[in-house]
Amino acid sequence: MASHLETLDIPHLPEPLSVYVALYRDVQNAAFLRQQLLSGNKEFEYAFIDASMVFSRAHATAAIFRAINDYKNDRLKSHNVHSEIVFALNPANNIADSFRKFGVTDSTKDLLAVKVSVSPEITRDSVAAHLEASVQGTPVPFDDQTVSEISDVARIKKVFKLGALPSPGDKNSGPNAKRQLEMSLVGAIALRGS
Amino acid sequence: MAEYKPPALPAPFNSTNPAPELLTQGAEGHLYKTFSLDPSIPAALKVRPSKPYRHPILDRRLTRQRIIQEARCLAKLVREGVSVPAVLALDWEGQGGDEAGWGGAWLMMEWIDGPVVRVVLEQWEAWMKKNASSLDAAQLEQENARVKALLRRIGKALGGLHKAGVVHGDLTTSNLMLRLPAEDTEAKASPTGVSTQGEVVLIDFGLASQSVQDEDRAVDLYVLERAIGSTHPRSEPFMEELVHGYRESHRGAISTLKRLEDNPVPLSPPSPMTMTECFLPYG
Repeated sequence: MASHLETLDIPHLPEPLSVYVALYRDVQNAAFLRQQLLSGNKEFEYAFIDASMVFSRAHATAAIFRAINDYKNDRLKSHNVHSEIVFALNPANNIADSFRKFGVTDSTKDLLAVKVSVSPEITRDSVAAHLEASVQGTPVPFDDQTVSEISDVARIKKVFKLGALPSPGDKNSGPNAKRQLEMSLVGAIALRGS
Repeated sequence: MAEYKPPALPAPFNSTNPAPELLTQGAEGHLYKTFSLDPSIPAALKVRPSKPYRHPILDRRLTRQRIIQEARCLAKLVREGVSVPAVLALDWEGQGGDEAGWGGAWLMMEWIDGPVVRVVLEQWEAWMKKNASSLDAAQLEQENARVKALLRRIGKALGGLHKAGVVHGDLTTSNLMLRLPAEDTEAKASPTGVSTQGEVVLIDFGLASQSVQDEDRAVDLYVLERAIGSTHPRSEPFMEELVHGYRESHRGAISTLKRLEDNPVPLSPPSPMTMTECFLPYG
C-alpha cells in the first residue's frame, strides 16, 4: 500500500531534499530488483538495502544523512546518492563489498527501499506508485520494533567488528546493550574513511 | 564593545531551523545546542571554524586531524562502554561558511542532560560555607559522605577511561557532568538542595589521545587534583576518595598512582586565577 511509504524527517537537510523510505517483508522478486540495479535502469534508482543488515532506524538514518551530506558537498565515492547510502552503511572502504553485504541480493527476503528526491519530478506519489508496482512484498512500518524482528544482529556485529559487545536480548546483557551497539554503529558510519 | 558575532555555521547547519544555539566558545571550537538526526532528540554540535590567519592547507590539515582524533576517542570509548557523549555525525572537511573561510569541521554528539560537576560542587560548597554551622554532627557527616561518594565515582569513571586506553588531556570539574537520573531523590532529601546523583559522564575530548602510558594517565589525575584543589577547597580534603575509586577501577591504576606520587618536582599549586584561565571548558 502506498500509505506505507514514509517521508523521513531528518533535520539539517537542505529544504528541497525529501527522503522516502519503505520497508517490505517476504520479498519475492529480489533477484529482479538487483538485476535492475546492475543494468543501471534509471527507473530503479533506489537504495535497496537488505533489511537484515539494518539494526535500527537511527542506524539507517545515520547512513542516509552521511550519504546526503557527502552528496551535497560533491564528494560521493560511488555512482549516485542512492548507492552511496548503501556504501555509507559499510564500515569499510570497499564499494563492491558494501553492495554485497548491505545491498539487495538474490536471497534478500526483507528489503528497505530508500529514495532521495534529488530532482523535482521525484514526489512522494511517484515513488509510492513505482515501488508498489515494482516490489513484490508485504509493506510493513519502518519502526524499531519491526526492524529489530528482521535484523541479523550477529552478522551486523561481525561486519562492524563489534563482536565483543553484548547483544541486546542476551541473558547477561544489561539494559544499555541496544543503545551501546546502536551508538557504536552510528559512530563507525560517521568515522568511515577518516 | 561590539557584540560578538560567531563565524557562520558550516553547511548543512547554516539552514537548520531553528538555528543551533551557541552555548560556549573556546580558542579551538564553538559548542552549539541543536537536535540530532531525530528531531525529537537534542544534540551537541562542536564546530571548529576555519582560521583565516592560518595558511589554508595547514588550517584544513590541523582542523581535520583534531576533530577526527576527538571523534575517534569518543567512538572508541562508546564501544568500550565508558560513559561519554556518543558520536552521531561528523564532517572533517566541512564546507559552506562565508566567503572568507571554508566553514569548518564539525562533530555532532549526543546531548547530555545534567549539570557539570564544577557547578554541583560550587553550589554545595557555597551552601556549606553559609550554613554548615547550623548542621549537627550527623548531618555534617552525611553531607561530607555525599561528596566523598561523588569523588569516588569520578575516580572510577576516570579509571574506566584509562582502562580503555584513552587519556583526556584537559581534565577539570567543568569537563565532568552528571547525567540527570530519571528520578532525583537526593536534592529534596538534603538541606543543601544540591543533588550529586547521576552517572558521571566525561566530556570535551578536544585534547584527548590514545595512550596507556603511566605518565599521561598520571597527568590526567594530577591536573584534576589541582583543579579541585584550587576551585573546590572544601572538597579537596576528600581527594583520597577519588584516588581510592581510581585505584579499584583497573589493574594499571597502581603503577599510575605510584607514578603520580613519585612526581619528582611537586609544582606549587597555581593560583585560582590562572587555573580558570587555563581550563575554561572548550578552551
